[in-house]
This record gives sequence, C-alpha cells and structure tokens, in this order.
Amino acid sequence: MPPEFSIRSDSVDVDQIMQQIRARIREKRGVDYTEEELRQLAGVKLEKFLDPTRVRSDLVQHYQHVRQTGGASMLVPPPENFAFDDHLVYGSARGASGRLISTIRRLLNPVLKLFINPNPIIHVLHRQSAINTHNEEQFVRVERVAALNYELIHNLVVELTRLSIEVKNLKMRVESVSGRLDFSDRRARALESVVQYRPGTGPAAELAEAAAPPPPHAGGKPARRESEPSPAGGPVKGEAQRARRRRRRRGRGGAAGQPDPGGEAAGAPGGSGDAADGETDVPEPAGGGADGLPFDGAESGPAEPSAPGTGEPTDR
Amino acid sequence: MKLAVVVQRYGLDINGGAELHARYIAEQLGRRAEVDVLTTCARDYITWRNELPAGGSEVNGVRVRRFPVRRERDPERFGRRSHHVFGSAHSIADELAWLDAEGPASAALIDAIRRNEAGYDFFIFFSYRYYHAYHGIRAAAPRALLVPTAERDGAAGLSIFGPIFRGARALMYNSFEERALIQAASGNDAVPHVVVGVGSEVPARTDAQRFRQKYGITSPFIVYIGRIDENKGCKELFSHFERYARAVRGDLTLVLMGTSILPIPDHPRIRHLGFVGDEDKFDGIAAAEALVMPSYFESLSMVALEAWALGKPVLANGRCDVLQGQCLRSNAGLFYESYEEFLETLALIQSNRPLAFAMGQNGREYFQRHYAWPVIVRKYLEMFDRLREDDGKGAARTPIEPLPGWFARRRADCRAGNDVVRELPSGPARQAGRRR
Repeated sequence: MPPEFSIRSDSVDVDQIMQQIRARIREKRGVDYTEEELRQLAGVKLEKFLDPTRVRSDLVQHYQHVRQTGGASMLVPPPENFAFDDHLVYGSARGASGRLISTIRRLLNPVLKLFINPNPIIHVLHRQSAINTHNEEQFVRVERVAALNYELIHNLVVELTRLSIEVKNLKMRVESVSGRLDFSDRRARALESVVQYRPGTGPAAELAEAAAPPPPHAGGKPARRESEPSPAGGPVKGEAQRARRRRRRRGRGGAAGQPDPGGEAAGAPGGSGDAADGETDVPEPAGGGADGLPFDGAESGPAEPSAPGTGEPTDR
Repeated sequence: MKLAVVVQRYGLDINGGAELHARYIAEQLGRRAEVDVLTTCARDYITWRNELPAGGSEVNGVRVRRFPVRRERDPERFGRRSHHVFGSAHSIADELAWLDAEGPASAALIDAIRRNEAGYDFFIFFSYRYYHAYHGIRAAAPRALLVPTAERDGAAGLSIFGPIFRGARALMYNSFEERALIQAASGNDAVPHVVVGVGSEVPARTDAQRFRQKYGITSPFIVYIGRIDENKGCKELFSHFERYARAVRGDLTLVLMGTSILPIPDHPRIRHLGFVGDEDKFDGIAAAEALVMPSYFESLSMVALEAWALGKPVLANGRCDVLQGQCLRSNAGLFYESYEEFLETLALIQSNRPLAFAMGQNGREYFQRHYAWPVIVRKYLEMFDRLREDDGKGAARTPIEPLPGWFARRRADCRAGNDVVRELPSGPARQAGRRR
C-alpha cells in the first residue's frame, strides 16, 4: 500500500512528496543506495570479475571501450577491400591516355614475362583479398558477440549486486525478527509464571498446608491449582519434585532465592527456562509487589534481587 | 508586420513536436500579422524524400512555400558522421559534413531566404540542429529569431552552433532548462531571449465516457501518447509497468496511443490503440488517471501540457531535466528515475485521489498561466516590439561570426559533442531561472 502522505490536497508540494517517496524507498532498501550508486558498485564488481591478472591484461579496457562506444566500433567501416585482377595490374585510371598506357603495358607483357611471372602474384593477391573479406566478416561477428556478452555480464552483475544487497538486508531483518521472537518467547513464559491465584489457593496456601499436621491418610490432597487436574499420586510426586528442584538449585551453587548473575536461576522474567518456571525455594506471599509486569519495556534486564513473588507457582 | 516561419517539414499530417509547434505558432501569429511558412517538400524526417509538391499552397489559412530537398538522407553516412562528431575529436569541416548529411539539404530554401530577406520583418527558425536553421540564420541573421527546441544531446555541444546561438537576433526558448543548456554551451547570455514554450489547441469539452465506450476500456488507466520508441523511454516504461502489474494488484491499465516502432509486450494490462485523432486523444486524456511521459530527452512536452490543460497529473521520467523541472514548478506531476520510484509514484497517483485531483488543478492553472495562447502570442509580439525598438534606436549589433578559413576548418580541434554536453550544468530549474 502506498504511504499516507500528510499533504493537503490544496497545497501540493511535489518536491516534498518526492523526498518522502525517496525516503520511503531508502527505508525499504535498508541501505541508502541510489540506482546510480548501485550501478557504480556493480561496475566495481565487474572490474573484479574481469580481473586482468587472471584473464587478459586489457580485457577490462576492451569491454569498457565497447561499452562506451555502444558497440559502435562495428559501425566504423574498414578500409575498402581491393579486388585484384590482371586488368587492374595493367590498367590505368587516366582516361584516354590511361587506355594508351594500358595497351602499351599489355604489349610489353610478353617482355615482362621474360623476367618474372606475374600470374602467381595476381592469383595470390586475389586470394588475399578474399581472405580479408572473410576475416572482416568474422571480426564483425566476434565483435557483436563480445558486445552482447558484455551486456549480459553487465546486467548479471548489476542484478547480483542488487541481490547481494537485498540478501544482506534480509539477513539483518531475520536477525532482528529472531531477536524479537526470542524476547516474545521469554515474555510469554514469564507471563505464564505470574498467574494470579484465587484467595486460599496458590503457594501461600500450600505453605500453610505444609505447616499443618499431616492428614490422617497418605492419600490426602495438597494445595493445587484449581484448574489443574490432580494426577494420580500427585501429592507425593509433587513433594518429591520440589525437593529435587531445591537440591538441583543448591547444587548449581546459588543460594536459595539469591539472584544468579547469569540470569539462569534468577526469578527475573528475562531469565531462561528454569527461572521463568518460577522455581524459587520459598515463594513470596501474595501481594509481594508484583502486580505489574516486571519486564514491561525491557527485554531482559539484570536479575532482580527478589523473586517474582506473587502467584509464583511452585508446582507445575 | 510580415513574418516567415522556417521549419523542416510542415503540414496537417506532420506531428513531430517541433513541426507541430511551428504550425501552431504560424497559425496563431497569422491572426496578428502576415505569415508565410517556408519549408521543404519532405514529409518523412528520416529520408527527407520530396513527397509534397514544391511551390505555394495554403494550410489552415497560412501561406506555405515549399522547396525541394537536394538529396535524401543516407542513414549510414549520417550515422557514421554522427558517431564521429559526437564521439571523438573532429574539425569544423566534419561538423559541417555532419549537418549536410543530416539535412534536409535544401539549397533552394536557403536561396529564397537570402533573396527575400528584406521582404520579411522577421524569420522565425525552428530546430537549430537542422540544415535549414543553420544556413538560414547565416543568410538572414539580423532578422532571425530562433526557437531552438534543443535537447540534451551531443548536437548541443557542436562548435558550429555557437555562432548561430550568439548570432541570432533573439531566442525563444521552450524551457528554463533549455535556456541554461544553450547559454552554458554557447555563452549567448547577451542575446535577447524569452522562455515561451507553446500552447495547444485543447478542446473546451471532452467526453471521457465516449472514449471508454469506443475502445471498450472499463478499468482505470494511465495513458502514453506519442511515438512508441525506445528513444522515447517506452521500453523502460513497459518494463516498469509489467513489474508494477505484478507487484500491485488491481486493474490499472497502460493505454498507448501512437505509432509503434517497438514491439509492444503482450500483456493483459497494456493496450495499444495505434494512431488516434485529436478527439480521441483529448477524450483519452480526460478519461485517464494520469499521463505518463517516459522520454529521456524533451525540450518541451506538448502532450504533458495538454494533460495539464485538461486537469490531469503527469508521471514523467525524472532523468529528463525539462520534465522534472516542469513537474516541480507546476506541482502538477510526479517523476521517477528508477522502478522503485515508478512503483511508489504511480501507486500514489492511483490511490490518493485528492492528491491526483489537486495536481491536476495545479496543472490546469500552470497551463493557463504560462501556456495559454494569449500568453504565448503576447511574448512573441513583445519580442518583435523590443527588436524593432532596438532597430529604431540604431543599437549596434555584432554581425554573426564568419566560418573560419579553409585550413582552420580542417583542424581537428573540436571536442566530442557528447563530452561537451556531459560537462554542461544539468538538473531541473525549480524556479524560473534557478537550477538545483
């Protein structure tokens, strides 16, 4: 869709519109290259491509010359070819006196033949003339192909340059999108970890329940999220898992509830997997100052000293 | 007042830009003065073949005198000479040979100018680059006004034209960009001049619906009018439009009016109507979203002016200084220099109706202010008055510089025309007389 320009229709400023359009194109391209600059870049690439050390010392110049003359060197006519025959050898271009001279030469021809035989010379020159014509045609053909090749190579290099710039831009965009995706992922996990519990449920209730005397029978149900169905043997398993997690955390070296500079064990939402899961030894009681999202506006800051607090589920 | 309009071809069926320009000027000035048109018998600008009868005739109430062309143009010879004078160092003699090869070489026309010089108050020569203008101005310099219709090509850098630009009595430029080009090339700032341009015979009423019905065009469209030629930027236009059609969904169509010497792509959204009459042309412009003008070289685009006269925006090739300058000065058109810009500008014109409408209105005002016939005719008449005043005062005039001698003419010390032009200042004039 074209941009919405904030230009009143009764005060059109074409210069301003064109500036906006060009700014938009630059933004799209990512790199501020004009078409001319792009061609210059392509020109540099072309010179590299036709590296004289590898190909031919004057190839670049030759191609450039062909380019500059627009292949017009073909238009420059070669010197006129000269067809030889015996008439030309003995002939003269001086009109009436020329005819007399030709006649005398013909008459003296037998005398000349006493000294040399001109026939092979005439024959050879005639052949040479035919060879010249043939070569000329070949050269014209080769020149045409060369001009065509140049055009092809030039266009390919321009396209290649354009594409390589586009690839670079796309790479940058992919990196940017990937970073954002990462952040969103962490944010989602952290959001999941700040679930609000109803009064009487959640970690606080769980703690209270843990402090109370054990139920009369082993199959009693511990506190759990209302929405979560209790798995078979849930309480025993849950307790064991918690204990295992506590041990694991101590084993990592950080004291329980202390921030991990690496962010892994910290309760900060920017941390990775485990922390986001809310694995804290002692969850803060409800209303621990986490009403708002702690990471609003920041991607992943340093770990906060305190655990996320409210509603941090301890049993997942 | 008796005037002579001197132009390479003339006739109702001759639609070249300069020729049409000359006809309009002759017809308009014919209402205020006695006007004769002096021209050749040629109809085809490639060969200059004598196709029309020599002698006097009348075209739209204007007396026309035609003179035969001595010999047709040999395209190969002309191409070779063009290549030489535009591309490499050469001599004045080479340039004169190039001019002779270009034609239309009508010695009879030049003789007539020389013989009848005193019979006319002023000669108005069109198109500096042709034989008739060069030799005609040399024959009647004190009475010669030149409408150069110059484009930014190698001819503007040839040495033989410097004395012509400096020696003509006055210059009637088509645009500020053209004036800047010629003044930079020849240093003729002191010669009386005015930027005039040309008006157009735009009908008071147009019928867009009639056009749509006649050609069965129901979708919105942009229109190109003129010769469909690679030199006019049409190849690039096709390429850009095909990419645009792939990128932007919708049914915007490109409609082409004019004779084609370039294969037209077989694309469902490109329509070629061939050569059309004036009624269809103006109705077509009225029905279009915008006029597209892809040409790289223009001294003044009459069809762009016609679109503006009808209140339509123009999408022009920004690499043509004149077109870009006109878009900027009129605020009535956008321009592109690459496909990306073509895409954005066309999409903007198509989608932002208020903007397109406002640009059309600006164009209409621009046309009325600068290119309406009363304005154009007034500028010509004021120039005639000024020159006559100068004559009355007996102001000293330097005669036109003579050609150098035989040996000097053959000295190969002239730079390639293209090189000279490349070094001349370029860019559009944003305001009258100011360049970017």
